[in-house]
Amino acid sequence: MSRQYYLLIDISLCQDCGACYLACKDEFYGNTFPGYSLPQARHRQKWISHPRKERGHGSLMDIFYKPGMCMHCANAPCAKADKQGAVKIRPDGIVLLDPELAKGRVELTKACPYEAVTWNEEWNVPQKCTLCAHLLDNGWKETRCAQICPTGAIKTLRLAAEERDALIRAEKLEVYRPELNTGPHVLYKNLHLFTKAFIAGSVAKTEGALTDCVEGAVVGLTREGGLVAETLTDNYGDFKFDGLEEDSGVYRLNIDAGQKGGTNIEVSLGKSVYLENISL
Amino acid sequence: MAFAKSIFSVMLFGIPKVIALAGRMYPAFGALLKERDCIVQMRTKDGSVSRHIRFTGGKIRSCGGVHPKPDLDMTWISPESAVRMFIKNRDFLTRIDAMKNFKMEANGSHDVAAWFSSLINTMMEAPVLLGGRYGEDLGGGVKRYTNLTNGGPVFVYVKDGKILRITPIEFTAKDAPSWSITARGKTFSPPRKTTLNNHGINYKSAVYSPNRCLYPMKRVDFDPNGERNPQNRGISGYERISWDEALNLVADEIKRAKKLYGPGSLLACYPSHHMWGTTGYWISGFLRLMNSLGATLVMNNPDSWEGWHWGAMHHWGNAARLGAPEPYGTVEDQLKESEMCVFWSSDPESTSGIYASMEGTVRRLWMKELGIKMVHIDPYLNHTASLFGGKWFAPRPDTGNAMALGIAYVWITENLYDKWFVENRTTGFEKWKAYILGEEDGTPKTPEWQEAETGIPAKDLRALAREWGAKKTYLAVGGVGNMVGGACRCATGIEWARSMVLLMAIQGMGKPGVNMGCVEIGAPLDTTFYFPGYAEGGVSGDVFHTGVIQSLYQRMPHLPSINTTYQAVPRLRIPEALMGQPVQGWFTDSMTIRGQFRPIFYPSPGLSPVKIYYRYGGSFIGTMCDTNRYVRAYRHPNLDFAVNQSVWFEGEAKFADIILPACTNLERWDIGEWAHCGGYVQHSFLGLNHRVICMQHKCIEPLGESRSDYDILFELAKRFNLAAYYSEGCSQYDWCRRFYEGTDISQRISWRNFLKKGYYVVPALTEKQRDPVAMRWYYEGRPKDVPEATPMPCDYPDNYREGLSTQSGKIEFEASSLKAFAPDDPERPPLPKFIPSWEGPHTTDLFLKYPLQLMTPHPRYSFHTHTDGKSSFINDIEDHRTWVDGYYYWNIRLNPEDAQARNIQAKDLVKVFNDRGAVICAAQITARIRPGVVHGYESSATYDPAGEPGNSVDRGGCLNLLTSSRDIIKFSHSTASNSCLVQVEKADAGIIARLLEMNKQAAQRSA
Repeated sequence: MSRQYYLLIDISLCQDCGACYLACKDEFYGNTFPGYSLPQARHRQKWISHPRKERGHGSLMDIFYKPGMCMHCANAPCAKADKQGAVKIRPDGIVLLDPELAKGRVELTKACPYEAVTWNEEWNVPQKCTLCAHLLDNGWKETRCAQICPTGAIKTLRLAAEERDALIRAEKLEVYRPELNTGPHVLYKNLHLFTKAFIAGSVAKTEGALTDCVEGAVVGLTREGGLVAETLTDNYGDFKFDGLEEDSGVYRLNIDAGQKGGTNIEVSLGKSVYLENISL
Repeated sequence: MAFAKSIFSVMLFGIPKVIALAGRMYPAFGALLKERDCIVQMRTKDGSVSRHIRFTGGKIRSCGGVHPKPDLDMTWISPESAVRMFIKNRDFLTRIDAMKNFKMEANGSHDVAAWFSSLINTMMEAPVLLGGRYGEDLGGGVKRYTNLTNGGPVFVYVKDGKILRITPIEFTAKDAPSWSITARGKTFSPPRKTTLNNHGINYKSAVYSPNRCLYPMKRVDFDPNGERNPQNRGISGYERISWDEALNLVADEIKRAKKLYGPGSLLACYPSHHMWGTTGYWISGFLRLMNSLGATLVMNNPDSWEGWHWGAMHHWGNAARLGAPEPYGTVEDQLKESEMCVFWSSDPESTSGIYASMEGTVRRLWMKELGIKMVHIDPYLNHTASLFGGKWFAPRPDTGNAMALGIAYVWITENLYDKWFVENRTTGFEKWKAYILGEEDGTPKTPEWQEAETGIPAKDLRALAREWGAKKTYLAVGGVGNMVGGACRCATGIEWARSMVLLMAIQGMGKPGVNMGCVEIGAPLDTTFYFPGYAEGGVSGDVFHTGVIQSLYQRMPHLPSINTTYQAVPRLRIPEALMGQPVQGWFTDSMTIRGQFRPIFYPSPGLSPVKIYYRYGGSFIGTMCDTNRYVRAYRHPNLDFAVNQSVWFEGEAKFADIILPACTNLERWDIGEWAHCGGYVQHSFLGLNHRVICMQHKCIEPLGESRSDYDILFELAKRFNLAAYYSEGCSQYDWCRRFYEGTDISQRISWRNFLKKGYYVVPALTEKQRDPVAMRWYYEGRPKDVPEATPMPCDYPDNYREGLSTQSGKIEFEASSLKAFAPDDPERPPLPKFIPSWEGPHTTDLFLKYPLQLMTPHPRYSFHTHTDGKSSFINDIEDHRTWVDGYYYWNIRLNPEDAQARNIQAKDLVKVFNDRGAVICAAQITARIRPGVVHGYESSATYDPAGEPGNSVDRGGCLNLLTSSRDIIKFSHSTASNSCLVQVEKADAGIIARLLEMNKQAAQRSA
């Protein structure tokens, strides 16, 4: 099988600088690329979005972003919804919306479960990320978003199926919402930072007038009697268990700081939880 | 003599022939020829060799002999001197010498002189200027040019005279190889391309902005000979006028005021930042002309350095860097040696080390890869903290001095400091120790004590101090890691910066792994390659207000410009000065520690107060403090005339009587080096991974009737017979070539190749040639060996290059300079002490009324006001502005607790206000800001009052309407913009209705 294009996006490296969105806007605003795209609107139309996930609060909170664009699905729902040949799945994996054939077809914006097809009022046309096909077809090695990304969070790859599978295994890549079975060509690394929850806490002990952080306490996370994970508190008394399912029910924290004591805490996990004052 | 005479005769015979030939080859040149009907004569002073050229309707005739009444009469003292100038036409030392010593003179019409020199210059470079022979032809009608933005170098792809795309520069194998650093078994080398900030990526939208000033404009009810109606500034509309009308009016007003009021009446005021380029920067042509006109200049406060300049400097010198430490070699040292990095009010991911694009990001990723621990201290979980992780400490704003004392307490009581360094490299420690232990005031500065001030739990502070004291640690302060922005700009900013110096002093600054920075600056680049930064003055020739004497004055011989109007207005007091009030300030002196003790008084004895305001750009409403003052000043009857030279119709430009439309740097020529400031930020390119010098091609024609700043000032200079002096006979393009010839780049790449390729990457030095690590010399007790020539020789107490420029030559816990100047100053005691903020929780009455502390850091997505507003692409970035009910509102960030207490939901329009003003913002609710604090960036480009300008609610987002104009301390000229108490409430129905009404009016106007 021939090699196909993929985007690899590492959630841990996205800092919401907006560079990819701006490069996309720079490329497509005011420019027509015949056969590929009509101009993108100047405002309020994005082919790349950055939904954010804020987890927890206080000292151990974190924030991650999931750059999202057309997933260039192998089993593209938009192609299934399209009866007039406007959606083209190219042999190199790029999914294009023919700018002429798609004109006026507002229903195509509703066909995408990832909400990646946007409507351009001025040109009366549904539009989405083209994976900069007009550039890749002319010798460019990268999409504009990948070229500009200062952290390398977005990479343009061209892979054979077996290379892709090896990479997915090696880098623990995932697709967003795999249950849709659309075969996206956008592969995410560290997706759990966006989709999963954590349980974190800070452990301290008061002796006399002084309260100090407890370092090296063993913290065990159990669920339904089984050990889920175990870790040690750091010099700030902090611990964090990440990658847990949101709303996954009741957990128990067993904290053992040896001579300094220990404690047990029950946590009902909805969204991420930070227990900032665990006192031994 | 006879030989020189015949050579000169032949040359004079040849010149008209060549001009005629060029006219036939290039139609545009023929058109230029047709612009004037005149006679130009060139001769020896004695007339023994002479020829005059008659231009009539584009036709040329030349005759020998002396014409009695030429329009332009150019004379040389001797044929030798003339021949030398013609033969060595790129030798500007000869040309300047001939001009200065009257070996060459030009008499007659200044207009013809300006036209003739432009004719000759254009002819010499016709293939480039008229034939378009520059940049890379990519085929398909696309040309790729280069340029530099404030956000980094760019390729500009142009098709059919329109910008197609703007990208960073990808290096090729032909460009110089990159450096590498091997640390702990890993080798790191930077990516082979440049990075670019948001305000560079979106530049196409700023160039093609609907808010561009495209034509000279006059306020409709401004009549210089009748009613001036100053009270209508900011309200009345504009009408289009011609360039001649506009420039004549400006020139006449300047002359009128000079005669009527006397010298000093003209105030020339520039922005802090401008469009990148050595010749086009504000400090360049603007200063040259304004000095020549005799203008009152503005004394800038060191606005991003405040605490470093007014505080830190007294303990360790570094006056030439406004109090910030040297950066050399720290990237390599930090990667190789350090174990931890404490980011204290330091967010380089947001502010990019000022101009260094996103170059430091990859180096911080290496830091993370090497396992160097990171800790972040900031009331806001900033983007650096968010991206790299590590323990986040969120103190109350404006309490850094208390937190620092608490850390020092742990170190001193637990013996976690470098006693050898303290004993041998510092003075006054015992006194500071006694203060910290409470021996002086009965209050030990314990972690528990600081908890009440900062809100940081004592246990966490103790853990931090213990870890820091045990690990080789870099301290990163401000956006560059060793300076700029953040906590140094608040009411306790001076004490904070001073305490940062002292924390470093007791940890032994300069030893391996212990220094200041966060790999944002201090990369191993070649500092010996000479190309000037903008602060070296461009074409200004201003030896007093720029860094031209550092090198540029010798390297590129040019005429000096001297301003004998010895009057300056402190920038933060411009409004009062414009309203006719006397004001006072203190010198921002980057030469010596005690330079800042000199007061300046306005007006100067015998000089006129300001009556005319020549404003270059219009950023102050968004960037200064208590900025309703600036608005009211424009509308004050004391101000006779306000002219604004601006690219965009925004901010202050909307208050001018005359608007002179300037073009962007993509529409004119320039030359420059990426991120190189020079002067007060020597070697600032060390924030980059590669030094890149760019030919800043003229990529497209100026939009509308807009013109290059240089050309606008040239046209104005003509009206004072100053064209030749201002330009030295050079166009902006010619100046670019002079910068090329006067600097090291001319030794590396030919002018033609540089014009074609557009950039040059300066090779990195070999490992053995690299600069030594900052302060290592000091730690090891050797003479200073880093490549900066400062301090001045006279500022060493002992021998030259030995020790620091403090009185003791050492780091002083108790500053000798402050002891000498104002030993009893309670605001800045010689020994740093805890002083609570004068606008914070300790100001009880005000705090009850306005219980939220407002932080207004430097913005992340725009460069100050540059590329904000103006229908820029960045308006759609959710973290920059928020689209609510038909308008892009500025964001204000509230903690969920504070939002809930006020019934505020995300994206609600809210009123942020205090006694100074009110701003409508869009609420962003996030736990990344600690409770009790609200966060919104400074620098909105848009000022959009809902009622009377200067006295009503703004919906543009100028949060600086709310900040105090009080100096941090009395003996300074400084801003405490991060100390501001406000209240926030949901915008009520009345305001919302008014905002919707404004939308309708705006829609009608644009229709």
